[in-house]
Amino acid sequence: MASLPSGDPAPLDGSLPNSVLVGEAERTFHAYLHIPFCRVRCGYCDFNTYTSSELRGVTQNSFLEDLHREIELSKSVIASAGLAERKFSSIFFGGGTPTQLEAKQLAATLGILADSFGIAAGAEITTEANPDNVDLAYFETLSAAGFTRVSLGMQSAVPQVLAVLDRTHNPENVNRAVRAAKQAGLQTSVDLIYGTPGESIAQWRESLEVAISLDVDHISAYSLIVEPGTKLAQQIKNGKVAEPDEDEQADKYELADELLSGGGFEWYEVSNWSKSAATRSTHNLAYWRSNDWWGYGPGAHSHIGGTRWWNVKHPATYSEKIEGGKSPALAREILDDHTRNVERILLELRISEGLNIETVKSLNENSAKPISQFIADGLVDARTALDGRLVLTLKGRLLADSLVRQLIG
Amino acid sequence: MSPRAKTRLEPAKTNPDFIRNFCIIAHIDHGKSTLADRMLQLTGVVDDRSMRAQYLDRMDIERERGITIKSQAVRMPWEVDGQVYALNMIDTPGHVDFTYEVSRSLAACEGAVLLVDAAQGIEAQTLANLYLAMENDLEIIPVLNKIDLPAAQPEKYAEELANLIGGNPEDCLRVSGKTGVGVDALLDKIVATIPNPIGDANAPARAMIFDSVYDSYRGVVTYVRMIDGSLAPRERIQMMSTKAVHELLEIGVSSPEPEPTKGLGVGEVGYLITGVKDVRQSKVGDTVTNAQKPATDALKGYKDPLPMVYSGIYPIDGSDYPNLREALDKLKLSDAALAYEPETSVALGFGFRCGFLGLLHLEIVTERLEREFGLDLIATAPSVVYEVTMDDGKEITVTNPSEFPTGKVKTVLEPIVKATILAPKDYVGVIMELCQGRRGIMIDMQYLGEDRVQLRYTLPLAEIVFDFFDQLKSKTQGYASLDYEEAGLSQGDLVKVDLLLQGEQVDAFSAIVHKDKAYAYGVMITGKLRELIPRQQFEVPIQAAIGSRIIARESIRAMRKDVLAKCYGGDISRKRKLLEKQKEGKKRMKMVGRVEVPQEAFIAALSTDGEKKGEKKGK
Repeated sequence: MASLPSGDPAPLDGSLPNSVLVGEAERTFHAYLHIPFCRVRCGYCDFNTYTSSELRGVTQNSFLEDLHREIELSKSVIASAGLAERKFSSIFFGGGTPTQLEAKQLAATLGILADSFGIAAGAEITTEANPDNVDLAYFETLSAAGFTRVSLGMQSAVPQVLAVLDRTHNPENVNRAVRAAKQAGLQTSVDLIYGTPGESIAQWRESLEVAISLDVDHISAYSLIVEPGTKLAQQIKNGKVAEPDEDEQADKYELADELLSGGGFEWYEVSNWSKSAATRSTHNLAYWRSNDWWGYGPGAHSHIGGTRWWNVKHPATYSEKIEGGKSPALAREILDDHTRNVERILLELRISEGLNIETVKSLNENSAKPISQFIADGLVDARTALDGRLVLTLKGRLLADSLVRQLIG
Repeated sequence: MSPRAKTRLEPAKTNPDFIRNFCIIAHIDHGKSTLADRMLQLTGVVDDRSMRAQYLDRMDIERERGITIKSQAVRMPWEVDGQVYALNMIDTPGHVDFTYEVSRSLAACEGAVLLVDAAQGIEAQTLANLYLAMENDLEIIPVLNKIDLPAAQPEKYAEELANLIGGNPEDCLRVSGKTGVGVDALLDKIVATIPNPIGDANAPARAMIFDSVYDSYRGVVTYVRMIDGSLAPRERIQMMSTKAVHELLEIGVSSPEPEPTKGLGVGEVGYLITGVKDVRQSKVGDTVTNAQKPATDALKGYKDPLPMVYSGIYPIDGSDYPNLREALDKLKLSDAALAYEPETSVALGFGFRCGFLGLLHLEIVTERLEREFGLDLIATAPSVVYEVTMDDGKEITVTNPSEFPTGKVKTVLEPIVKATILAPKDYVGVIMELCQGRRGIMIDMQYLGEDRVQLRYTLPLAEIVFDFFDQLKSKTQGYASLDYEEAGLSQGDLVKVDLLLQGEQVDAFSAIVHKDKAYAYGVMITGKLRELIPRQQFEVPIQAAIGSRIIARESIRAMRKDVLAKCYGGDISRKRKLLEKQKEGKKRMKMVGRVEVPQEAFIAALSTDGEKKGEKKGK
């Protein structure tokens, strides 16, 4: 399972430094809730999630009570830091599998957040969902409680590919779930994975075409990353499955962009496409624009005004901390201006709004050289660059990390 | 075992009749150090308790590799028929790179123990040193060691030795350095057959330097053999080659720890300390005399060590350059043969062009620099010295391939060696193939016994410095041994092959090779680099060229994808830290034009023995 970063010790009461107050008025506030439950663990997954036998006595109910306690804690931490009360501009339930919980449990948790902080008008409220355990009734409950959006883990339309990924759902369930969500008045998004060992270009094309035909509002497409320690990594090491080829991944990314553009979607982040500006994920954009968010639950990361922290990983440890009246934070880091600029470069270069060249200049006085080279190599859009923003071309998106390294000097 | 001699002869007053000076000639792992240890124990100069395995080899590297780089001398008492003798054992370096040092050690002796592994027989390096010993008119005592080994074949190898040096196979002593069997008989034989030293006690002092060692506490310790006259503490001494005068702060013998004495007389072996800090002030082969009453003629045989092999040594971290300079300055204090001067490489930055006696010397120096001074280094492919004459008559000495002139070259002279290879007869074919492939010309071939053959070749030194020895060892399953000696210069049909990355020449990869091999070299180096240089954002052509003519070409395809698919709230810290790490890694990249080349690529492409080094570290 992916390990947490290393950082400085976090204060036991979760208190925040004064630096979080700087520029507070310009930032929106968001919530992420981590639901660490899965029925089974998929072979490629290294997320912080647990099957029931791994939970060391944590139950869904006890977990939800702990989440509520952390919401109370966040309220008091924010107040004592001197931060103004802000309503949530977006809320995202992720996991794990949030739909392992009953719809009314999700609705109740959303209600507690609303009571504690309030929800801004037009806020985006999303839950991730497994196509296997949702139906119209489920979505209607969510919609009635204020949810606006559902993100379904589709991954692929091809059964052999799903089998390699250990995904158990029937591809037909995705179609059914999308229709149910729409009927309940929710915006819809599906996640796709390309580059699964053994997946052909034709199979990837099929998945894209099926996803487009679902008429969802939003599609995320991720290249498969073989994470160390996963079952898949072990299978590759043992030679049982072939390692994804980076050049073929590039081909598949280009195919995705071509088909999605043709299907009425527009890219707005390296791995995200949306039907319209209105259906872009407000929540994820908040991450890329360095806004404030509180991450609730085990292993969740938070960011408020240049202070990042992350909670202890295991639900049982999380529970001990919370129930002992302590902050569940494991460690934190207080970013200096330089580091915040590095983060802005690495995040904002990924989105279609692009990166303000002034941000690069404040960090690297020799930025003209790499930028002119990017223009020459067709990696950034020339016109926007002349206007002072770096917006990646298709070729540039595939090399974004390399560009960031050159920009920070 | 109790020492046979209950008393010792007092240094400075010892009658030369009762002195025996000898050395042990042996191949690397034939057990010389173990035998020497046993002698130290048996003569009582080292007690059993403080006995440290292989007492004479002092440097760590020597002990690890089981070879002797610096010789030492030990004085041991031994009694035969009621008479006490002083035996001086002079330890000689065993490797071909140090032939000159060997010859000086031999010149300090009247006899040599020829030590041969009873399970393996004589090896090429031993033969070479045996020739040197016979040229110095030394009395040779043939000895077969390791007779305790089950695989020992003393009869067979006694026969082989008798064929080589004359005499009867029965005259060959059989010992085991490990168990001590036969060592006392060997000491008796040394006394009985090795002539005593002869010199003029009343003549002006003449002492030959056969070794000089830098000690960080005491400065230079000079090992000498008195030929004529005597030296005493507090005298003013003079080095006859440089005329430099020093005060003799301490004089003594090693037994084996240094013991100051009242002086050294004719035939004695001991050490001098003058407080000098640099071994170049005390050169091997030089003659020491008394400054007030100097000798008129220096002893014969002195020469300055001449580097045979050159390599550029660069710090991997450019900021280590001053530390490398300091380290070389310090090493030079104890290694008179090491030569170096600053050089700059487009690809590798600031470093030094270093001259070495041979490949082992190169390896030992780089290893000492890394180990004793904590430096991370890149050594470029070793090259030899070329004498280039241009059409206009201008002469240029090239020690670095990048200095090879581009204009009209008339002739190129390259150093040639005479190589002696010993191997079981089954390997003659592969050895001949290897030598011919390296432009070798056979001089002769001789059977040493029933199944062992000696092949002699003239070979260009440049063909040996690359990976000849590794190849020889691998093609003969480790059975072949090699020795070589300089044999002057010879004209060669040589060209310089340059390596271009995206059209930019990378000086570190330039090589001077025979015209017929230029193509193969070009294909090899371009292919190697294609594997070693990571893909860039653009396609990178790699070309090998002679002048403007391209002889080999490869290309590294452009990297198409370098982006993390997911970058959400929980990924940001990790992603940023990865970026910081990559930025650190970038410092270890060298820019050649727009191409980022990792240091590792240079190291891997330049090292001839990458695998061997890996193995060693794995142990």
